[in-house]
Amino acid sequence: LTELDEVIATADVVVCCGSGGVGKTTTAAALGLQAARNGRRCVVVTIDPAKRLADALGVPGGLTNDPVRLAIDGPGELWALMLDTATTFDGLVVANAANAQQATRILSNPFYRNIAGSLGGTQEYMAAERLLALHLDKRFDLVIVDTPPTRNALDFLDAPKTLARFLDHPVFKLMMMPTRRGLRVLSIAAQPILRSIGKVIGTEVLADALAFFQAFDGMETGFRNRADDVIRLLHGDRTKFVLVASPRIDTIDEAIFFADRLVEKGLAVGAIIVNRATPDFGKPEGKRPRRIADAALFDNQAELHAMAVGEREHIAPLVADTGRQPTWVPLLPGDVHDLEALDEIRSLLFTGSATAQASR
Amino acid sequence: VNPLQFLTDARVAIVAGKGGVGKTTVTAVLARAAIAQGLRVLVVELDGKPALAALVGPDIPCLALTPAAALAEYLETHGLGRVAKRLATSGVIEVVATAAPGIDDIVVLGKIKQLEQSGEYDLIVVDGPAAGHAITFLMAPVNLLKLVRGGPIHSQATDVAGLLSDPSRSQVILVTLPETTPVNEAIETAEALKQDGGLRLGPVVVNAFDAGDDLPVDHAAAGTPLRAAAEFRNARRALHRRESKRLAETLDRPHICLPLITEAALDTNSIERLAAELGARS
Repeated sequence: LTELDEVIATADVVVCCGSGGVGKTTTAAALGLQAARNGRRCVVVTIDPAKRLADALGVPGGLTNDPVRLAIDGPGELWALMLDTATTFDGLVVANAANAQQATRILSNPFYRNIAGSLGGTQEYMAAERLLALHLDKRFDLVIVDTPPTRNALDFLDAPKTLARFLDHPVFKLMMMPTRRGLRVLSIAAQPILRSIGKVIGTEVLADALAFFQAFDGMETGFRNRADDVIRLLHGDRTKFVLVASPRIDTIDEAIFFADRLVEKGLAVGAIIVNRATPDFGKPEGKRPRRIADAALFDNQAELHAMAVGEREHIAPLVADTGRQPTWVPLLPGDVHDLEALDEIRSLLFTGSATAQASR
Repeated sequence: VNPLQFLTDARVAIVAGKGGVGKTTVTAVLARAAIAQGLRVLVVELDGKPALAALVGPDIPCLALTPAAALAEYLETHGLGRVAKRLATSGVIEVVATAAPGIDDIVVLGKIKQLEQSGEYDLIVVDGPAAGHAITFLMAPVNLLKLVRGGPIHSQATDVAGLLSDPSRSQVILVTLPETTPVNEAIETAEALKQDGGLRLGPVVVNAFDAGDDLPVDHAAAGTPLRAAAEFRNARRALHRRESKRLAETLDRPHICLPLITEAALDTNSIERLAAELGARS
């Protein structure tokens, strides 16, 4: 059994991380496909708004925030969804509000509408939150999540804490203070720091923010407890991290960085996948032929071989760093945008040789 | 016709594209090509990529811009130094940025505008923000103007919107790969930027294009590695030709192909070679 087989067989949660453009989304979908064929009830969550997963899975209308079941062969089930950050945040607000009025007050606040979509870390936090909700959902026994395409994809792990930090922020506390003192209206002018902020961003924007913080009063505890649950799940034994890289030097550097941070946090890398590797057809045999046509063929094989060798050298530090042998997925002659191509990636991941000899 | 004419069309060139398409490579190549033309070049990077400075070489200044530093400097120069200090010490920038989303992008763009206005550079090449954020970043002024109706940030957003919508001052250089999904994304991004942002699109750069004639597969016996290697290469090249043609037909923009680099590491030599090839095209 390979490391990847074991991850798919034993984990409750699989987190795919890596820098942008390395094929994380496709990998997550291919892992899900294999798990379902092995009888698991798997849901794949993508954060990529580029609808790549929907393309790869051949979902005609595109994916939504609710899981859609896909038609696949095999005893298990494969579901997929695309995270809608704002909708997930709304759900969290409704679940934690003391009553419907408080929920409505928050949901209709312009400042809230802004942060629900764009507060730094919100997307990452909501991805983690959704992961927990799906993990608790009885329909599924495996959740595979594709991390957001931020430069630092492991923000995902810190995101629940980021929100807690935001709630603990002195300015947040300051803004909350008036309601705690029982004042109905907060005067911006009364607080020098708020006056300063108001000068920069304009007082209307600030007034919306204050109204939001006041409406939020009393909900911090619920949010914080939920964040703690998410952190516990991410650190659980049955949560596995799969590092996805391409053989390009910059994505390797980032993969090493991710691996180091996972180790720092006491989390183990379950498996490493290197996508889009140049297929190696070996060194061409014999001497370079004289005839132009034959020489061109010889040179081509030699060039591909040199590229493949160079890529293996790039990967060496990642192997040394993690002690894991990567699973190589060769660059395919075509692009992965249908279920058939995805199934090919799946078979390369799980039965393909580590030397990336395959070609179509 | 000088193939590098576009480099002098506008003083600010913002290189944009999804993650993994080679934005940083293209930024470095454009900067090298421009300095070879005798232009005074500045490279601006927004994403904490230390590799970029090494790729562009020591003779081109490379400025790393962070929103926090840009905001502090902005407030300082607008007589709000005390506010700046207070914001910095209380770590309130995050809250300010939340209250007015895009404010961090505005101050960064504002700094770029200031560099443009200084007249010190003929070309400022900006390595665009992280994957997927190009549209948010470039649309920040338009979106912020809907939200903030007064104050210094409003005027800053107005100025920056002026820079981005003036084709004689700035252009967006979209980078993509000659493959199906990246081409789809480039087309979507181009349309969004043109329609909603009123931005000028410069040439579209197709990176890592595997040029070359089809290999004579029939000269290799069936089932040999020689044959398989040639078939693979031909299939890749056919994909590249097909997707790059589709891009050219869909987007009415000039098209620049940067050849695939086949050596293992992308270093200053390969950047220099790509820049030279860019200049030699006609």
